[in-house]
Amino acid sequence: MPRVVPLLCVLAVVIAVWFAASVPMNWSQAQALADDNASWTDIAAATQSLDRPLLPTPAQVAGNMVTTLVGYPITSPRSLLHHALVTTWESLFGFVISLAAGIVLAIGIVHVRTLDRALMPWLVASQAIPVLAIAPMVVVVLGNIGLTGVLPKALIAGWLSFFPIATGMVKGLRSSDVMQRDLLHTYNATTAQVFAKLRWPASMSFLFPAMKVAAPLALVGAIVAELPTGAQAGLGARLLTGSYYGLTLQIWSALLMAALLATLAIGLVDAAQAVLVRCRGGRL
Amino acid sequence: MLLVLSLLMGGVALVLLARGDAAPRRIATPIVFGLLVLWLWQLACVGYHVPFVLLPPPSDIGVAIATHLPMLAADFRQTVLRSVIPGWLIGSGAGLLAAIALDGSPFLRRGVLPLGSLVSAMPIVGIAPIMVMWFGFDWQSKAAVVVAMTFFPMLVNAGAGLVQTGAMEADLMRTYAAGYRTTLLKLRLPSALPFVFNALKLNATLALIGAIVAEFFGTPIVGMGFRISTEAARLDLGVVWAEIFVAAAVGTLSFALLSLLERAVTFWHPSYH
Repeated sequence: MPRVVPLLCVLAVVIAVWFAASVPMNWSQAQALADDNASWTDIAAATQSLDRPLLPTPAQVAGNMVTTLVGYPITSPRSLLHHALVTTWESLFGFVISLAAGIVLAIGIVHVRTLDRALMPWLVASQAIPVLAIAPMVVVVLGNIGLTGVLPKALIAGWLSFFPIATGMVKGLRSSDVMQRDLLHTYNATTAQVFAKLRWPASMSFLFPAMKVAAPLALVGAIVAELPTGAQAGLGARLLTGSYYGLTLQIWSALLMAALLATLAIGLVDAAQAVLVRCRGGRL
Repeated sequence: MLLVLSLLMGGVALVLLARGDAAPRRIATPIVFGLLVLWLWQLACVGYHVPFVLLPPPSDIGVAIATHLPMLAADFRQTVLRSVIPGWLIGSGAGLLAAIALDGSPFLRRGVLPLGSLVSAMPIVGIAPIMVMWFGFDWQSKAAVVVAMTFFPMLVNAGAGLVQTGAMEADLMRTYAAGYRTTLLKLRLPSALPFVFNALKLNATLALIGAIVAEFFGTPIVGMGFRISTEAARLDLGVVWAEIFVAAAVGTLSFALLSLLERAVTFWHPSYH
C-alpha cells in the first residue's frame, strides 16, 4: 500500500494542474465565443467545454474516450475501439515476428563465431540509428508492389522491436555461469543440451526486460507506419486526421488510448513473467 | 553467377577473418561484412533489374547524396541544428534538474520515478500534432516534441543514478562533515554520471526520431522528416535513402562523440580499467 500512495498523490497533482492549465490555455477562444457582457466566471466555465479546445480538460478527454469506445459499433470508422484494435493487431503481429527473428538471430550469434564478429557490432550500432525514419518509405514501397493493409505496418513494428530483443537475447544466452557450462562440458553434454538445459533457461531473465522495451516500441512503430498511407485506420490515422481537421479531442483520446495500450502491453509481459516465475518455483 | 561467386568468397573471407582474436581482425570483420552487403545489394539491383522505385542500388544513393548536397545541408540545419539539438539539451537538462530536485524528497521520488519510467515507454511522438497546434509549424513544435521525449528517460536514469552511491562513501562524506550540497556535488552527481551519459546516448537517438516523425505531421517545406515523407510519396527513393543515410550518420556520430566524452569525464569508472 505505501508504494501506491505517492503514485496516487502525484497523479492527482498532474490532473489538478491539467484542469487548472486548461482555463488560461482556452481563455482567448472562450472569450471570443462568449457574449460581450459575459462575466469572467462564465468565460472560465466555457473554457471547460469547448468543441475544439487548445487544451481539453481531463474530463473532456475521458468523456470523448468513453463515447468513441462504446458509442459506435466496432466496425464503424468512428469507433476508437476499432482503431485501437487495428493498431493492436499490427503491433502484435510485428512483435511476434521480431520475437521469433530476434531469438533465432541471437541463437545464431551465440553459436556461430562468424555471425558474432560480423553482425554484433552492427546490432550495437543500429541502436544509434533512427530506424523509424524508414517507415514511410517501406510503407510506400510495399504498397507499390501490392502489399497493403496490416503487413507493412507489422513489418515496421517488428523492425523496431527486433533490436532490443536480439541484443537482449545475445546477452541472456551468454549470461549462464562459466562454472555451470564447464560442468555440463564434463558431463559430455552436446551443444544442443547445453542450450536447452542451461543457456535458454538462463536467458529468460534478459528476455523479459527486452520484451518490456520492445513491446511499446512495436506500438510506436505501428502508429508511425499508419501515417503515410493517407490515414485509413489505426491510432496513427486518428492522430493524423485529428491534426488535419483540428479535432483536438480526437488527438488526445487517441493518444491516451495509445498510452493505455502501451501500459497493457507492459502489464502482459509482466504477467507472463510472473507465470514463468511461478512455474519455475519462484525464480526467473 | 557473379552474385553467387561474391557471396561464396565474402563468406569464406568472413569465416577466416572471424577466426583470429587480434584487434584489427575484430574491427575488419564487421566492415568487410558491411561492404559485402553493399556489394551484393548493388549486384542484385543491377543484375536482376530491380525497379528503381523498389530499391535503388547503393551507387545511385551515392549519386543522390552528391547531387543534393545543398538540399541535404538545409534539411540538416532545419532538423538537427534547430529542432534536435536545442530540444535534446533542454529536455535532458530539465530531466537532470528534476531528478536532482526530486532527490530531496523520498516521497516524491517514489511517486514520480515509477510514473516517469512508465511515461518513457509511452508513444510520446504522438503528441506531435498537439505541439504543432501549440507552437506552430516551424522547428519550435519539433523541438517541443524532442523535449517531451528526452525528459523522462533522463529523469528516470538520473534518478536511479543518484541513489547509486555506496554506504561507505556516504559515511566518509559524513565524517568530513560535508553538507547535502557538498555531498551532492562531490560524490553523488559524479557517481550518477554513467547513468546520465546512458540517458544522453539514449536521448540522442530518441531526439532524432522525435524530430523526424514530428515533421510527418506538418512542417515548412524543409527538414529531414518532411523530405523523407514527401519524396517517398513521389517515389524519389534516391533522395529518401540519402536522408536516411544522413540521419544514420548523425545518430552514429553523436553516439560516438558522447561515448568519447563519457570516457573523458568518467575515466575513474571501473568499466574503463
